[in-house]
Amino acid sequence: MGQLAGPTDPAADARWTDRKPRKGFFTDTSICIGCKACEVACKEWNRNPRDGDLELLASSYDNTGALGASTWRHVAFIEQGRSRIQEARETGRALVDLGMPGMGAPEPAGPAPAAPAPARATAPDAPPDTQEFRWLMSSDVCKHCTHAGCLDVCPTGALFRTEYGTVVVQADVCNGCGTCVAGCPFGVVERRSDGTAAPNHKRGERKGEKPEIPNFGVAQKCTLCYDRMLDDQTPACAQTCPTTSIKYGDRAEMVSVARHRVAELHDQGKTEARLYGANDLDGVGGTGSVFLLLDEPEVYGLPPDPRVCTADLPRMYKLAGLAAAGMVTAAALSFLGGRS
Amino acid sequence: MTAPESDRLPQPSPDGQGQHDHRRGQHIRRRRRRAGGADGSREMPMVPEAEFTSYYGRPVVKPAPWGDEIAAYLFLGGVAGGSALLAAGGQLTGQEALRRNCRLSALGAVGLGAVALVLDLGRPERFLNMLRTIKLTSPMSVGSWILSAFSAGAGVAAAAEIDRMTGGRLPLGPLRRVLRTVEKPAGLEAAAFAPPLAVYTAVLLADTATPTWNAARDELPFVFVSSASLASAGLAMITTPAEQTAPARRLAVAGVVGDLLATRLMHRRMDPVAAEPLHEGKAGMMMRVSEALAVAGGIGTLLGGRRRGVAAAAGLALVAASALTRFGVFEAGIHSAKDPRYTVEPQQHRLAARRAAGVTDDSITTSR
Repeated sequence: MGQLAGPTDPAADARWTDRKPRKGFFTDTSICIGCKACEVACKEWNRNPRDGDLELLASSYDNTGALGASTWRHVAFIEQGRSRIQEARETGRALVDLGMPGMGAPEPAGPAPAAPAPARATAPDAPPDTQEFRWLMSSDVCKHCTHAGCLDVCPTGALFRTEYGTVVVQADVCNGCGTCVAGCPFGVVERRSDGTAAPNHKRGERKGEKPEIPNFGVAQKCTLCYDRMLDDQTPACAQTCPTTSIKYGDRAEMVSVARHRVAELHDQGKTEARLYGANDLDGVGGTGSVFLLLDEPEVYGLPPDPRVCTADLPRMYKLAGLAAAGMVTAAALSFLGGRS
Repeated sequence: MTAPESDRLPQPSPDGQGQHDHRRGQHIRRRRRRAGGADGSREMPMVPEAEFTSYYGRPVVKPAPWGDEIAAYLFLGGVAGGSALLAAGGQLTGQEALRRNCRLSALGAVGLGAVALVLDLGRPERFLNMLRTIKLTSPMSVGSWILSAFSAGAGVAAAAEIDRMTGGRLPLGPLRRVLRTVEKPAGLEAAAFAPPLAVYTAVLLADTATPTWNAARDELPFVFVSSASLASAGLAMITTPAEQTAPARRLAVAGVVGDLLATRLMHRRMDPVAAEPLHEGKAGMMMRVSEALAVAGGIGTLLGGRRRGVAAAAGLALVAASALTRFGVFEAGIHSAKDPRYTVEPQQHRLAARRAAGVTDDSITTSR
């Protein structure tokens, strides 16, 4: 049994001897334009079937809704007015004031972020900006946690840690028990079902015929394009991202890039910028996919304080043992009670 | 988004409020409801008023894709475990009817439970993959092995009973002698795996990101073994004449007391928001009826357990109480995963509490 919580190298923890540098994403939501090219590229490369019937969710431009068995990238879309922008700036400033230490904190670029420049960036080529409203766009993905709840609770070993420190499902081993679905603190992994209510009438398909669903009934989630990674290729989403909002590389480098970027934004007075997943002391030991967010995580549908469930497992086993002992004692006393 | 809606977007709100936010459900922000005992039996916990934001009210975590089969298995596993313990007691104290009936109950319950488990898999034909590895971090894996080990002993012990009941008509041949020899050790082996079988499901539920189950992790094992004890004892009181159910009746009363104490302790010590699904709606109703039935069954056992009719009625109440506890806890967890509030608010509270206590280095959100 590997380490259950705290900072660690997950591939080493999984006892890989020929392990590679840990790979990860840095998703910089401040330059995401919500084009959803990542969603499309992911679907295309991984041949993921459609996720339910095509419908408009009527809540925003986001009609994907959430990550799921057949949606491994999901672009969130949020619209905010002046007061929410102010609040985000305040919560970000509060975070700066807490003096949260980043792990290792290699090179804090520029002046201390606690004293942001009062004026906004006024470079001649700066795009027009407004304080009145903003659109937040963020491409969510599997976090490839250092301590992955899904992997820990998987009974069959279908979920495994790769030599790159990522977490991948072996579809031919999974028996669809669904424990990983409940084990993920981010709601990423899902058991694939048909999902569609109506038969297809597309060209080339007979009436009433449904396209075949690959990996039906088993857990599915982002593999960080393990197949491409093995060939030194960039994952499909990062490869296609037109604004480089999705960056891919060694996890250590991604964290370093993220720290530079957030410092840069703080210098521009954008105290709402913050990192998500870059702290190896957090409840999941840091995430392989690091994000730069412009508001509190729950605004994007991310948990504010995720904790891998297995961190508490030794205590749970201990208490369960105590309860079991109690049950035996009660049963024994029930039989002995009448004999005196 | 439709065109008329996008037309409204650039309008600044005069009062500085993000008007589109509210009108268009951009952020579901709710005042905290009064958390805690919906039955008014205790004071409301004093938690600071908090506002709660989510992504269009969509869930943060996903509910386990488990149907009622799993809730039924929680119940049946408990009945099987408790029955095997009672059977072993009957075996060791020479109470033949108790031993026989409880062995049969154990096999019946665990058999039904295993079928329920397999049916709930996404790929039932691959159920044996559960046994391709032993993984201590996975309560499901540990439980599969417990279930297998238990079933082996319970199966042999019950087969011996069936053979005896049919007057040796099972086509066993020379195996009959083997069966007779291993019968007693098999009964004890099943009893050894009985408490783990009854309790591991509590860890299985608690070891998830499902808010209500995870928040109940300290007390759920005690609720589950109590529930298993009272259910199996209740079943024995239904199946077995009163002369041989004195131990079962004592176990039933102990189970009821344990169930009441553990459930109350669980409600009190859980995060009040995460505990809410256990009090409200369908799950809350099941938990309340379960408690009433457990009390009624316990009192019936104490007062009239020696009379067969009363004992059977009390036993039925106890069995039903246990089933309702399991379905209630199961429901509450699934419900808690579907509403982002139960994920976000307890996490906000604990994060704020840690920060207030001076721990500022373990947040997933950092300024650098």
